[in-house]
Order: sequence, then structure tokens, then C-alpha cells
Amino acid sequence: MILRAVGLRKLYGEVCALDGVSLAIDAGEFVSIIGPNGAGKSTLINVLTGVLRPTAGAVTFKDRDVSGLGPARLARLGIARSFQLVQIFPDLTVLETLQAAVVSRLGRGTRLFASLAADREVQEGAIDVAELFGLGEKRHVPAKQLPQGDKKLLDVASAFALRPELILLDEPTSGVSTADKTTIMESLVSASKRIGVRAIIQVEHDMDIVFAYSDRIIALHEGRVLADGPPAAIEADRRVVDTVVGRRARAG
Amino acid sequence: MSGRLVLAAALGAAVLAPLVAPTYQALLMLPFMAYAVALLGLNLLFGYTGLVSFGHALFLGIGAYTGAFLTSVFRVRSMEVILVAAAALGALVAAPVGALCVRYVKIYFGMLTLAFGMVFYTFVLKFYRLTGGDEGMPFLRPALLGRRLEGLSKIDYLVGPYYYYSLAVLVLATLVMWRIVRSPFGLCLKTIRDNPTKAETLGIGVARYRWYAFVISAVYAAVGGALLGPPTGNVDPTLAYWTQSGNIVFMTLLGGFASFFGPVLGAFVFIYLQDWVMSIVPFWRLIFGAILAVIVIFAPGGLAGLLTPRPAAAPRP
Repeated sequence: MILRAVGLRKLYGEVCALDGVSLAIDAGEFVSIIGPNGAGKSTLINVLTGVLRPTAGAVTFKDRDVSGLGPARLARLGIARSFQLVQIFPDLTVLETLQAAVVSRLGRGTRLFASLAADREVQEGAIDVAELFGLGEKRHVPAKQLPQGDKKLLDVASAFALRPELILLDEPTSGVSTADKTTIMESLVSASKRIGVRAIIQVEHDMDIVFAYSDRIIALHEGRVLADGPPAAIEADRRVVDTVVGRRARAG
Repeated sequence: MSGRLVLAAALGAAVLAPLVAPTYQALLMLPFMAYAVALLGLNLLFGYTGLVSFGHALFLGIGAYTGAFLTSVFRVRSMEVILVAAAALGALVAAPVGALCVRYVKIYFGMLTLAFGMVFYTFVLKFYRLTGGDEGMPFLRPALLGRRLEGLSKIDYLVGPYYYYSLAVLVLATLVMWRIVRSPFGLCLKTIRDNPTKAETLGIGVARYRWYAFVISAVYAAVGGALLGPPTGNVDPTLAYWTQSGNIVFMTLLGGFASFFGPVLGAFVFIYLQDWVMSIVPFWRLIFGAILAVIVIFAPGGLAGLLTPRPAAAPRP
């Protein structure tokens, strides 16, 4: 067991975004979290990655209680994430963005007088990840000048550059073209194998991607776990079809 | 002409200035060099970390008063001791002040730094017995590299040994800052400037790094403040007043905070332009206000931004 959440509750004033969510993620799993808008998916990711503090409940990572630890500390422990709305460093190049992640992973951020350009481990680590995500040729392009699909890819790539044990992806293919969606998913699956990511959790609305890549699916509805199982079982679950999958099919 | 050639030419001109320029113009280089040191530090906070301090006159004041105390109260005349003590005191004060300020961003950070700056200003203004109040304290002529240089007239001292001493400090401070901004630490600061949320998720402790930048910038400001003392021979509270903080932010904007040398250029243009405008009209602040408005509206990259060719736009996908 790499990650366990028990009885997570998150209140925004009177509104209950998470209402006793429990889940467990094993090493080697690719788990998708699905649910209609407002189900609590992004809140769950934000609680699991330390961006939000749970109102109640606990999160353990490799049997260590990490509830309430901020994202920076969780990242150093081996939990990385990407965002639903793409998060980049606009004025940094692709390579600098990835270098920052590698510097952080190697714990070299406080080296005031070391030359970044002369640090071969950082340089090579960043170039490796850029190549892995097909961004090698654009490594000197400022992030703000990248097309939307590449910005998303860079956001995901920078999380992978941390070489995390667990990665949480909040809608990794949102806002990009259908062609780019496949590129992103294939890149992150192959990068996971290469880098040695032990588990992936993604929030995703595109059911084709969810069913194509997931080992397990957790369906959320109104802040609670509606179903938790392999894709075939989820597809056969009437409650999930009625509240999540079916509703999406009709909407599409 | 490449950047290195421009830099070499500027350095060469600075070295030759006391020999070829009128004495008065050479004397104006002294506050320029002192402010340039302070601005290198301020821009680590502003241009590289994204935090605008409106209270850095606090640290200029600490540096200057450190020198005044050491020379006139403790009879310590070594400029090296003064600079080290100013840097240490700057860091000592910046540590708790920064710890409080970096918890806030944007206008709240700016206002909090301004508040601390005004606390210090009021302290040096009102504690007359300790600081001399509005009359200030004498900053006696310091010895340079162990040489007391008492035989020189004040002008000969300032445009001679002290000029080159200040230039050496500026060059050293520039080299150190150049190294810092190109280090892994400098890269982490840039991530925080661009997107602190993303930086945090990459494991970069935003508040911690902001604090480091604040303390380093305070050390630079304190060293710059100590260099400001000997040319006037007196340190008074106006050095710690909020308009000083405004002036150094103005210099940074004038030169361009997005460029490493922008603030240094800003300090140079500010000092000479101020002197020239003041010699023509009494309402120099009006002129400077108009200049600031023009820069912010038409040249947000400052003078360095105007001098640097813009990179070609990336092709659209």
C-alpha cells in the first residue's frame, strides 16, 4: 500500500465537498477518479497533495501520516502532481522549468554559489525528461510561447522530473486537442515506466481515456465514494452509469 | 556591440572617470556606486523573486548608522570592519523582519516593509541621545585596507582611494550576485516569481526561499548604506525615510528590473539626471514623476529593456 486515505472530510463553510472518503492505492496501480462536476474530485486531489488541509480524516503515504503537510514537503517525500488548469513558469524555458524540478529533487536549491550551467546531473536530468515528453527540440522556448498542448505536457513533465513514487494528475488532458490527449497519455505512461513511478492517480472526464488506461476506477458523487473497482465492474455498475458515465454519454 | 564589450567599456570608463572627468562628476559616482550595490540586492527580491519592498531604506540606514557608530562612538575606522558589521547587522535585522514580511505578497508585503522602514526612521529620529536625531551622526573618514589616509584632503581621499575602493566593492558585489542569480538557488527564486503555486508543488518551499532572498537583499542594502556615509561624512534619518525606499524602487524601474544590470543603469541615470534637473529647475520631483509615469506606461522594461533587442516572437502553432 503506497497511499491510504481514511474518512476524509472537507468543508467549505456549510458546503461539504468531501464526506468521509476512504481509498487505498497499491504500488503499480493506475487509478482514475471520476465523477460529475462538484463531486469533489479536485478537492480530493488537493487534499491528497497537501494544497488543502482536510477538515477531518487522515492521509498516509508509505505508512507515514502526511495529513496537513504542505505540497512542498509532500513533493520532497515523493508525491507529485499536475493541475487541471495548466501551471507553468511563463518566463522560464522548457529546460529551466525541468531543471527547477531536478534541482528540487536533488535538494540543491540552496546552493547559492554553485553554477547551474555546470551541474551536469541537473542538466542531463532535465534534458532526459524533455526528451521523454517530446519537448527536447523546444527546450529553449519560454513556456509562455508554447502551444497549449505543450504547456500541459510541460506541466506534467515537470511533475515527472521530480521522479516521484506517486503522481496525481488533475485532468491531464483537459483543454487540449484529441490528438494531443493521446500524446500526453502515451508520454506519461511510458515516462512512468522509465522513471519508476510506483502509482498514478488521475482525475479525468474523458471516459475513453479513463477506461483505456486505468487499472481501477473510483467514482465520486456528492463528496462520497460511489464505487471503487476495475473498469469492467465500474462499467457494469448501474449507479455509476446513471450518475457519471451515462450522464456524460448523453451530454456528449 | 556584445554585452561583454559594453560592460568592459563601462568598467573602463568608471576606472578612468577620476582621472579625466571633472571632480564634481567623479564625486557623483560615489552615491551611484553605493546605490548600485544596494540595488543589486533589491533586485534579487524584486526582479528575481517578485517581491517589491517599499522599506529597503531601513537597511540602507542600518548600514550607514553602523558605520557612523563604529567610527564616531567605538573609534573603529577600518572600512572592512564597517562593511562586515553592516552586512551582519543588516542580516540580523532582516531575519525577523523578513520572516514576518514574506508571509505576505504584493501590496501587503510592500506595506509591511514600509511599516518596518518607518519604525526604524522614527527610532533614529527620536532617540536623539543615541543617534543624534535629525542632525544625525558623523561618519568619520574610514581607513581603507588598513591605510588611514589622513594626509589627503577630503576631495583627494574621495575621488582617489575611496572611489576605487567603492568601485572594487561594487565589482565584487556584482560578481557575487551574478553567481547567485545563475545558481540553482537563483533558478528557484525565478520559479517563485513566475508561479509560487507551481513552485511549491515542485518541492520549493516558497516562504523559505523568499526569506533567503530578503536577507541577502538586506545585506546588500546595508553594505550600500555603509558606502554612502563617507562622501557626506554625516548620516541622518533622511537616509532611512520612505522617500529613499521610493527612490531605490524608482531606480530599479528606471533601469529595468527584468535585466541584471538594469537597476545599476537606473542608479547611474537617476543620480546624474537628478543632479542635472535640480541644477535647472527647483521642482525636480515633478520631472521625475513624469519620467516614472512614461516608463511604466511606455517602457515597462526600463532603459535596459529599450536597449536590449526584443526576441523574435515564437511561430504560432
